[in-house]
Amino acid sequence: MNSGHDLGGMHGFGDIDQSQRENFVQQWEERVFGLTLACGLLGRWNLDESRYARERMDAGEYLRGSYYEHWLHGLERLLIEKGLVTVNELESGRSEQESGLNPVAAEKIPGILRRGAPVQMRPQSAPLFQAGQLVRVRNFHPKSHTRAPRYVRSRSGRVSEWYGAYVFPDLHSASGEKRPAHLYSVRFEAGELWGERDAEERSAVYVDLFEPYLQATEV
Amino acid sequence: MTDKTRPHHSHSPDEIEQRVRNLENLLVGKGLVDPRTVDRLVDTYQHEVGPRNGAHVVARAWTDPEYKERLLSDATAAIKELGYSGRQGEHMRVVENAGRVHNLVVCTLCSCYPWPVLGLPPAWYKSSGYRARAVTEPRVVLSEFGLELDEDVEVRVWDSTAEMRYLVLPRRPDGTEHLPATELARLVSRDAMIGVALAGPAP
Repeated sequence: MNSGHDLGGMHGFGDIDQSQRENFVQQWEERVFGLTLACGLLGRWNLDESRYARERMDAGEYLRGSYYEHWLHGLERLLIEKGLVTVNELESGRSEQESGLNPVAAEKIPGILRRGAPVQMRPQSAPLFQAGQLVRVRNFHPKSHTRAPRYVRSRSGRVSEWYGAYVFPDLHSASGEKRPAHLYSVRFEAGELWGERDAEERSAVYVDLFEPYLQATEV
Repeated sequence: MTDKTRPHHSHSPDEIEQRVRNLENLLVGKGLVDPRTVDRLVDTYQHEVGPRNGAHVVARAWTDPEYKERLLSDATAAIKELGYSGRQGEHMRVVENAGRVHNLVVCTLCSCYPWPVLGLPPAWYKSSGYRARAVTEPRVVLSEFGLELDEDVEVRVWDSTAEMRYLVLPRRPDGTEHLPATELARLVSRDAMIGVALAGPAP
């Protein structure tokens, strides 16, 4: 979706505040981080759904809000949408009914983090594109989750590398289905993305793009 | 989500603290979360996992050409050799600052970052300004970080839009040929492995 999260190339933010060198700026952010991961481990939603939940924050609020406000919004939204808490409970902070689920124990955390959750899959087809090939990102504007940022759509780039097949996030967020899609690193020259007038010299952006986002370019 | 089910929002620090406290109490009360699990998750990334891991990888690559080759061809496996793997580092790619190329990592859509080797990202990495500008004006961004690149150096910006996580292999500083890997690792800052700094003694 084309919302507040899709920031590449946007103007108006001013200088970067480099004084914020830690991850957590305020104490409550630690809790939001831990709660988000702990709830994620209940297995009721996947990573792409949690990204989509943050993206659906009102665009104006997203841009005004801090990073962990996005996370807090996403977590509350998922808890409600997945039926784990009610709006009343969220507003009062009081449980009206036990979940009947088992929370993930602290002792399990090191193993869970060490294993991670790999998303590489066995390909179901041969990759359509090869390294060196010119491709164009499709012109598409779904209201659902996608990992093709706006600034590369309709732009041409050269496939730099084929990474293999991975869970296709657009579908994964919508239905939970894990379908493999070929993933490529695509190199875009800065002039192609931003126009020769506004692009910096000698600069290129490499973007990881799934095959369904791409089409062959006629030479 | 309809407006009826949309959680209300609050922005003042006190309100948001209260909102988070309420949420944690609720989740604990419903048996969805064990607060010790939350503590453990925070503690892991506050105290155990951080950029020292990445510096270890870089120093090893500087001192062991065969390791470096493995790191550049299959970063996930090479990094795992040193004991670093897992969440948000399941699929790794290392990009080398070599020749006239400088690499810079960003995530324009959220905050993707290689946790097992760098820990959690600094707040500036997640800021709207960095996410917006790293792809359009990387040289300006780098100069704000105090890094002025020569005109003939190509800047390659890596936007982490999928589950591949990027680590920059910085150039080994001149005059460090005599240093062992343990001392070299001290020259490798987190910022150098994101690409907003060069390796070297802390300024």
